[in-house]
Amino acid sequence: MRAQIEGSQAVAEAVVLCRPEVIAAYPISPQTHIVERLSRMVKGGEVGRCQYLNVESEFGALSVLIGASAAGARTYTATTSQGLLFMAEAVYNAAGLGLPIVMTIANRAVGAPINIWNDHSDSMALRDAGWIQLYAETCQEAADLHLQAFRLAEELSCPVMVCMDGYILTHAYEPIDLPDQSEVDSFLPPFSPVQVLDPSDPISIGAMVGPEAFTEVKYLAHRQHLRALTLVPDIADSFEQQFHRESGGLYRAYRMTDADTVIIALGSVIGTIKDTVDELRDEGIAIGCLKVGCYRPFPAMQLRAVLESVTRVIVVEKDLAVGIGGIVSADVRMALNGLPIPVHTVIAGLGGRSISAESLKHMVRDARAERLSEPYFLDLNMRVVDEELARRQEERQAGPLAEQLIRAVKAIGTKVV
Amino acid sequence: MTTQRIKFYQTGTYTAGNRLLDDEARTVQSRPDRTNSLNSGHRACQGCGEALGARYAIDAAMRAAHKRLIAINATGCLEVFSSPYPESAWQIPWMHSLFGNAPAVASGVAAALRAKGHDDVKVVAQGGDGATVDIGFGCLSGMFERNDEVLYICYDNEAYMNTGIQRSGATPPFARTNTTQAVGEAPGNLLGTGKNVPRIAMAHGIPYVATASVADLHDLEAKVATAMGMKGARYIHIHVPCPLGWGSDPAHTMKVARMAVESGLFPLFEARAGRVVDRTKIRRKVSVERYLELQTRFKHLFEPCRNDEAIAAIQAIADEHVATYGLLESEGL
Repeated sequence: MRAQIEGSQAVAEAVVLCRPEVIAAYPISPQTHIVERLSRMVKGGEVGRCQYLNVESEFGALSVLIGASAAGARTYTATTSQGLLFMAEAVYNAAGLGLPIVMTIANRAVGAPINIWNDHSDSMALRDAGWIQLYAETCQEAADLHLQAFRLAEELSCPVMVCMDGYILTHAYEPIDLPDQSEVDSFLPPFSPVQVLDPSDPISIGAMVGPEAFTEVKYLAHRQHLRALTLVPDIADSFEQQFHRESGGLYRAYRMTDADTVIIALGSVIGTIKDTVDELRDEGIAIGCLKVGCYRPFPAMQLRAVLESVTRVIVVEKDLAVGIGGIVSADVRMALNGLPIPVHTVIAGLGGRSISAESLKHMVRDARAERLSEPYFLDLNMRVVDEELARRQEERQAGPLAEQLIRAVKAIGTKVV
Repeated sequence: MTTQRIKFYQTGTYTAGNRLLDDEARTVQSRPDRTNSLNSGHRACQGCGEALGARYAIDAAMRAAHKRLIAINATGCLEVFSSPYPESAWQIPWMHSLFGNAPAVASGVAAALRAKGHDDVKVVAQGGDGATVDIGFGCLSGMFERNDEVLYICYDNEAYMNTGIQRSGATPPFARTNTTQAVGEAPGNLLGTGKNVPRIAMAHGIPYVATASVADLHDLEAKVATAMGMKGARYIHIHVPCPLGWGSDPAHTMKVARMAVESGLFPLFEARAGRVVDRTKIRRKVSVERYLELQTRFKHLFEPCRNDEAIAAIQAIADEHVATYGLLESEGL
């Protein structure tokens, strides 16, 4: 059924179509619309015997799902930002226990300074926790990825994060196709756990493992994770066959034929980048774009195969590894190891700053002229930065940085968009 | 099934041995068909109060649940000594996730059982005092206020023993731990600190809260059975001596536990819906010194010179419990 609905509502509807059995969540913007809708549907009796638990924290939310999943239930939660970090210990634990929990991340910046707007700092911080990470470009894809995520998680016994940009997708209204229940039922079989807490067949789960076997446990988890590199495209293909639209997959290439310059990115900014690519192609620039849809496991060999003949790669990433620079770009460099292809790191869209086509075009021109600093901060207001640095030079007790910068930005009259 | 005559030699107590009781009144633990949920061969220290408490509590819960039980365990001594890979002492479905989330994991199991219609299966969560009163307290309070179908059992040995005897929110005043050492102007744990989680549990208005001690295993089993017969969130706080952490003789675990009860320092009571409804009376009250002198964690109160002020402060706590719970009164509360 096609309807003009909010991204969050679409995700909630998609999750319900997957017949979840236990949902536990703690409210945090911009995830709230998803879980509000789910709680309403559960309470209204629209989700079978599904249980919805209002818990005391994100750590509690994921812990509830760890228990529920181990008891054989299909489980779901959604969070973001501080909430994801607050549950971090349980994030690792769920993966280590091999529990196929599906969690939506409504991507948001991580403080301090506190900031509720979009970037990818939150999910990037947990990228190596052992969860599969899928990134949605559109509201439609965000909804579709949940159907694929449950199938992927349960086939591999591995938890999956579906990452969608906070506000940009969670709060956007778009025409979205939602499949029928019968279609989803034929796409997603009932959950058949590989381990379950059952009094008829008692097992111990979560035992201590010492140095004699810990490496092997981790190695096998890594092997299992890598299986997703085959399974993600397989599931995306079978999704396309059944629902007749492209969603998911390891990566998607856009106008890559004969491209010398390729922009790599994750999430909703791909839309703006595609528009920019179109405009630059019109100007005669051989440019394309590569969307990374599955970031963990990282499809290094696959990306290398599609990038090996390009001249340069620009990674536009909504995160910052303080003290080193890029996160995604480091992985891309590893994928292209030994090839004479420069990989530029562009830090963009932090804390919800808009990424405009105009800025991206400047970036591309600078990259092609080899004028990009490394890493390059898109739309960085150097005037404010220099002023603050000078002030700090003069004054030891300079006070809180964030508050001072806000004042400086306003004093100068720069519009922060 | 063969039966075996079991002899109990308990001296200095008023407890009747099982051999003097009729069949139905005997402990679960004395029955040939007990589950041995926490089986022999685990790696607990000699004289471990927690191993003893857990064995009795979980076997009693198994009997009450007709062997349809799932146990969730917080990180801690009990988890570590019972499940070193590839061994497990647990003969029931058992899971360990993290230090601070056992109540939430148990809530999740209960939710899954409800979703799947497995209403006959019951859920117990268990942890030490650190997991319960400190790091897992948020999840515990959440489980309580939602009134989830979980019996949570805290084995309170009054400090972080698994990590090497550090202070917890359940460490008593003046006790020496490795983070409240017997040095300085106020040696040991500070007076006026710590929290009473059974009372906090009661403040949630949950159906059942009880304290128990390995000093009275009949009573412990009975409370577990009572809790298992009820719905909603239930909490049992069991006092379990730790010879290693308390500096007591492993052979004195029962004696130490009994002195805690009989001095009034650890009152045994039951509460329903936030109100105390019963308590175990002290039959022969002893001074707190009888309890303290059995443990080197209180040695600094006696040597090199006696700290009368501190001992009086501890006695005042015991006396307060006696008055609050009516531990010496013949009737009523």
